[in-house]
Amino acid sequence: MENLEAQRAALEASELSSLELVSAALARAEAEGRSLGAVVGLRAEAALAEAAESDARRRAGEIRSPLDGTPVLLKDNMVMQGEPTTCASRILEPFVSPYDGAAAERLQAAGAIILGRANMDEFAMGATTENSIFGPARNPWDPERTCGGSSGGSAAAVAAGVTGFALGSDTGGSIRQPASFCGVVGMKPSYGRVSRWGLVAFASSLDQIGPFTHTAREAAWVLEAISGHDPRDSTSLPEKSPDLVSALTGDVSGLRIGLPKEYFVDDGADSGVVEAVRQGVAELESAGAKVVEVSLPHTPYVVSTYYLVATAEASSNLARYDGARFGRRAEGVGDLDSMYRRSRSEGFGDEVKRRILLGTYVLSAGYFDAYYRKAQQVRTLVRSDFERAFEACDVIAGPTYPEVAFSLGARLDDPVSLYLGDIYTVSANLAGLPGISLPCGQLQGLPVGMQLLGRSLDEATLLRVADAFQRRTDHHEQSPPRAR
Amino acid sequence: MLALCAMSRITRKDVERTAELARLSLSDDEIEAMTHDLGRILDHVDQLQALDTEGIEPTAHAIPLATPLRADEASPGIAADLALSNAPLQEGYAFVVPKVIEGEDS
Repeated sequence: MENLEAQRAALEASELSSLELVSAALARAEAEGRSLGAVVGLRAEAALAEAAESDARRRAGEIRSPLDGTPVLLKDNMVMQGEPTTCASRILEPFVSPYDGAAAERLQAAGAIILGRANMDEFAMGATTENSIFGPARNPWDPERTCGGSSGGSAAAVAAGVTGFALGSDTGGSIRQPASFCGVVGMKPSYGRVSRWGLVAFASSLDQIGPFTHTAREAAWVLEAISGHDPRDSTSLPEKSPDLVSALTGDVSGLRIGLPKEYFVDDGADSGVVEAVRQGVAELESAGAKVVEVSLPHTPYVVSTYYLVATAEASSNLARYDGARFGRRAEGVGDLDSMYRRSRSEGFGDEVKRRILLGTYVLSAGYFDAYYRKAQQVRTLVRSDFERAFEACDVIAGPTYPEVAFSLGARLDDPVSLYLGDIYTVSANLAGLPGISLPCGQLQGLPVGMQLLGRSLDEATLLRVADAFQRRTDHHEQSPPRAR
Repeated sequence: MLALCAMSRITRKDVERTAELARLSLSDDEIEAMTHDLGRILDHVDQLQALDTEGIEPTAHAIPLATPLRADEASPGIAADLALSNAPLQEGYAFVVPKVIEGEDS
């Protein structure tokens, strides 16, 4: 009873109440959730009360959505009134939100029961969920390995069956890469699809909220619940969010799947990962899709472009943490300047400082044109690559990440090699495209993720292909040893 | 040849100056480590200098949106007590910070 579709069916058949579902999920959150380091805060009492309300709605025939009564976790960077939001950072440790973010608001309007908060890399900066004041989150498939990041807690919790779904945020792959490492579905919608109101900002032109689930169908339910225009986020799309569930026809005949030749070069991803992805593509081909080669010539430059744009925006966004109005203020500060310096220096971890410094440097006088403006120009070239590629195909397929989950601690001293792993994921953020990672096989007992990228705003086709793949395969039904 | 020469390598002094701009105090060890790490990152991103971007418009946002406008009507904002609920130090309806303006007494 640990995936969303089964939970929904049990609720609809009155085999289980929301109260029973939520109680069981809270017990798992306290046990596996805590031992994996995936869950960092729970609102048990409120969740149980809301579950009872959901049960009352169901008895009265007033169900709000397919999510009504089902438990969910939020990454610890989405605010909810009266609840802490820490971003896994010392500087936000004392913060209790005075307002509801859009994600929490929409999930609750859909009747979902928010259990609590999931672990993450500090301010979503990282790819391993090791940069956290709570300690690392672990991979349910092998607790000595990373669950990925930065939304690692959300991915690990769903993989371990703590909840049937969770929300994460994706700035350069932070939903799709942990989904790939943990063997679950993770989706980054088009930029602007989901309101960022109440999502703590990392890089505002790249950040987007999205779901972790076991299936594309479940992802469609969640996305329908959380997407849509929000006047409080001026980058939120004015278009009404599309009907995604009805797009899941299982039919991919005639659809063109593009394989970027730059994603399949000899010195690219691990050969076992490539093999699993090629088999996944072959499955789609046997379902009637047409496979075509496309080219994304600026692929070798996307990581550099991303780290310049993202850190520049981060250095500006994180200037607000000054110890004056909220968050942690250093003790015994004598003057304003030392309040700023000491609160920030004591409050931020190493990776966050590294990125603030890089971002500040590339925006500073004398370097702005060479680095930041240059990166924005290359961002235009990356967008054009995708526009051209999507003339020849409907969906792009490739690996989500060059390898499977690696050992905890393995990349802590080597930021550059960790950054380079983001080569397949950052482009979707730079170009604003929707992307999804879905399990497509295993390598040495660890899940491999296949990434599908869609045209801007075309989540419907993306989910249709992902759903068709899952109808024909059982990779998404594999569960980690701990949850068996 | 399109490639420009690589940017000069970042120095300890550059890191100190940048930390100053970012209001971060770094220990000697931190400055050393950051100089090394930022140097490696910048060495890598210098690859962009090889791309000819003459005349290419920069992208600030992937999805171009016009600035949305709304009617200029008053609506409730966040209540003062809620807005102050996270203040490290407050007095009345104000955030209290260390003295900003030098004077006789405060």
